[in-house]
Amino acid sequence: MTVTDTRQAIDAVWRIESARLIAGLARMVRDVGVAEELAQDALVAALEQWPESGVPDNPGAWLMAVAKRRAIDQFRRQERLERKVTELGRDLETSSAGDQPDLVDVDDDIGDDLLRLVFTACHPVLSTEAKVALTLRLLGGLTTDEIARAFLVPESTMAQRIVRAKRTLAKKKVPFEVPRGPELAQRLSAVLEVLYLIFNEGYAATAGDDLMRPELCAEAQRLGRIVAALSPGEPEVHGLVALMEIQASRANARVDTNGEPILLLDQDRSRWDRLLIRRGLAALAKALERSESPGPYTVQAAIAACHARAATAEETDWAEIARLYRELAVLTGSPVVELNRAVAVAMASGPGAGLELVDQLTEEPSLARYHLLPSVRGDLLSKLGRHAEARAEFEKAAELTRNARERAILLDRAATCEAEGATG
Amino acid sequence: MRYMMIVKSTPDSEKGALPTTEELTAMGKYNEELVKAGVMLDGNGLAPSSQGARVTFASEGKTTVTDGPFAESKELIAGYWILDVKSREEAIEWARRVPFGSGGVLEIRKVAEAEDFGDNFTPELRETEEALNEEVAKRRQG
Repeated sequence: MTVTDTRQAIDAVWRIESARLIAGLARMVRDVGVAEELAQDALVAALEQWPESGVPDNPGAWLMAVAKRRAIDQFRRQERLERKVTELGRDLETSSAGDQPDLVDVDDDIGDDLLRLVFTACHPVLSTEAKVALTLRLLGGLTTDEIARAFLVPESTMAQRIVRAKRTLAKKKVPFEVPRGPELAQRLSAVLEVLYLIFNEGYAATAGDDLMRPELCAEAQRLGRIVAALSPGEPEVHGLVALMEIQASRANARVDTNGEPILLLDQDRSRWDRLLIRRGLAALAKALERSESPGPYTVQAAIAACHARAATAEETDWAEIARLYRELAVLTGSPVVELNRAVAVAMASGPGAGLELVDQLTEEPSLARYHLLPSVRGDLLSKLGRHAEARAEFEKAAELTRNARERAILLDRAATCEAEGATG
Repeated sequence: MRYMMIVKSTPDSEKGALPTTEELTAMGKYNEELVKAGVMLDGNGLAPSSQGARVTFASEGKTTVTDGPFAESKELIAGYWILDVKSREEAIEWARRVPFGSGGVLEIRKVAEAEDFGDNFTPELRETEEALNEEVAKRRQG
């Protein structure tokens, strides 16, 4: 093996082992920041020794042994220091028994440790930005530079964000544990939110972006699968995994050769990734099996699955989609979901039925500046042959949108309505 | 990116010899590792080539069908995994951990896929989805 080969092999080992390593160490030292430093120390030792000795047969155990040794050294040094402090007459009682590191059984229950790490990285004392950065760093094993590139910020900014996040966790004495009881549901939903945010950040990437951005989708999918394997009883985890896998299955069909986006219903379905669809549908089945009343991710996944199951756009089960949007609207109380439902109802039962629902939303204050409301309304009106009204709606939508390309499309539709109104 | 780990046939696998309980346990544990690491997309063992066939294409769309078994066992495939990994090296590192005994051979091949993740949906659909995500997240917090 050349030095470069070994370096790449070490990167691969790090990707596989780092989260488990940090998680195991965090339980020992009860500080995620310290645990990460110890793991990094072990990585440095590997970089020094493996080019000579070769990659060990069990690299994970090797890294853990080195890191553990450092932890014990550090602890002894600290103990000596504390003893000196006592000799100087100070009070040692300040550190409670709970702060003593747990040096045994580090290799047991790695899964539990990993789950503790997930919940710690997404702890509510942290800002959303910090949760995202820490999750990618501690669980994804991404470098600070990679995370910075993915989120289009300078490396120094991202480094600071991570340092501050770790300091916050230490300062607020966030316990390294999996929350229990009623807290669990809320905390889990925060974890899922972080993962979906990472996924969407990658999904929003455009052609010219750094390759690290689309990479975020794969990372979120992988982390989702990990959390699903760690807490298989939680339906919404499977729901989120299903949603991400099915959305990602369309990645290759979303744009034409000129990089122009293609509408879901116009996509070449033969380019959808069957393996991801199959995985998504299997995850959705798990979510539904485990939930009495499906949560929002599961319902969104079920909607995505309706599209995935339809061999052609015409075969889409719009009645089922409309029913699912109804379910989602009840869960979220969101007028935007209601608007989506109206579109599905129009597809299932005709533009008149859809329009009835849309008309109920026109008084909704939160949608007053939302261009898709008049855009959808205009579309339904034009299908009903009410061209003059449709035109006014398209013009209103064009005024509200911030996207130039979209404005052009809307004004074009307004002009078509005017022409049709004149001839019809 | 995806890599396929291809298990090469052996005279034993071609004979349809069943794995021992220990081998099965070790393989189960390995597969669990893959699942827990979020990298396992798919995987299957294949029955001996005696249960398969070969279709050979001649000119003008003429085909010949040859029934198995086939002789050259080292060139045959006995099973596969499909892994979702970040690099070739990560695929190799996972391959190194497969609990095979002496003589086992694995081949690692990259699955060809469109590299660029491309642009978004149309702005309309994209924004609907974004707004939807925001809404859902907001309601959940509130």
